[in-house]
Amino acid sequence: MNPQKVTVAVTGLNNIDSPGPGIPVIRGIRESKDFDVRIIGLAYEHLEPGIYMSDLVDKTYMIPYPAEGKDALFNRLLEIHHKEKLDVIIPNFDAELFSFIKLEKRLEGIGIKTYLPTMEQFDERNKSNLPAYGKKYGVNVPSGTEVFSVSDLNNTLKSMNYPVMIKGKYYDAYAAHSVEQAAIYFSKMTAKWGLPVIVQEYIRGTEVNVIALGDGKGNLIAAVPMRKQYITDKGKAWGGITIEDHTLLDLAKKIISQTKWKGGMELELIRSDDNKLYLLEINPRIPAWVYLAVGAGQNIPEALLKLTLGLEVKPFTRYDVGKMFVRYSYDMIVDLELFSRLTTSGEL
Amino acid sequence: MLIKGNIALSENGFVFNPSTGDSFTLNNIGKEVLMLIKEGKNISQITDLLLGKYDVDKISLERYLSDFVNDLSVNNLLEE
Repeated sequence: MNPQKVTVAVTGLNNIDSPGPGIPVIRGIRESKDFDVRIIGLAYEHLEPGIYMSDLVDKTYMIPYPAEGKDALFNRLLEIHHKEKLDVIIPNFDAELFSFIKLEKRLEGIGIKTYLPTMEQFDERNKSNLPAYGKKYGVNVPSGTEVFSVSDLNNTLKSMNYPVMIKGKYYDAYAAHSVEQAAIYFSKMTAKWGLPVIVQEYIRGTEVNVIALGDGKGNLIAAVPMRKQYITDKGKAWGGITIEDHTLLDLAKKIISQTKWKGGMELELIRSDDNKLYLLEINPRIPAWVYLAVGAGQNIPEALLKLTLGLEVKPFTRYDVGKMFVRYSYDMIVDLELFSRLTTSGEL
Repeated sequence: MLIKGNIALSENGFVFNPSTGDSFTLNNIGKEVLMLIKEGKNISQITDLLLGKYDVDKISLERYLSDFVNDLSVNNLLEE
């Protein structure tokens, strides 16, 4: 059978030290034998490395920041769609998902498919709603509070033991060992991600993550657990290994089936020193380490694309344990002419 | 004393715990002891075997073995 021709737009081309998932998602899709794919990159910054990876990304367009609102985004996507006839968009940033979920029907109306959680599912797993989420679905969650000001922060810290985790609304987390440190991180988070900032109990243990894909009907299509082996100063995995842990897979199954999650997700967990599993975060999209799952036998980006196109996907039943990923950085040489074309025309 | 069933031990003394992702490197003696444990030998049988093979006194060997087994336990390689 001939591979199906499909044009897929992907965000998250920022393959930097705190990488977006775009490039590994594209690698997974490109490895599919079922698709002959044209990849359209959607970028926010002119120096997102994926823009210049011409062997992976066929063409890139700049799109407006989420702060400019969903109408600005829709109008830009409409322009791009007129030129490229997009079949599918795979958004990969937490901060843009709100707009894409809101635009789901309008995009569908012009022939562009997405595969995203509902707004309720998206909100429910929000960092600030996590304690209620844990209670509802019977999952251990570190205690946490939203704070909106420095005095709020000081009051909250009075009843907590150090260290505490200070977390941004969308990204970033720091362990603070004193009230002074907590105040510094609070300001940093506020400046970068806005309010509220989340103050969370610190759990000592081993960080483990699970990538999962749900079909929106309660079925777990794919799941691979990974232990971070090398963590950068930004808390990102620079190396990791697939592990055999049935409690993690059972938890992923339980969450996907109870919430009827639609699309990719990442569970960030910690196994405490007394062997209890705590859910730290649920990221509502595919994580940047997704290519490890591809390497371990579950091509999750390909499965996501098939689900988006309404094709049947049988749930994966196995993956290789002990597969590792080791990230690296690589300097590309780029002609100024390409950069100038992108900055002046908004496309490359 | 039993090593967890899913623990992998390679020829070159590399130990991998697939449940946690932890890996360890053993020297030749460590590898030999772990293989004997995997074969189902108890500490006193291992002590006798090693005493017959290496130039070591019994008290020192028992201490080394006790430390080694403790390390295996601390690193979650033994069945509870």
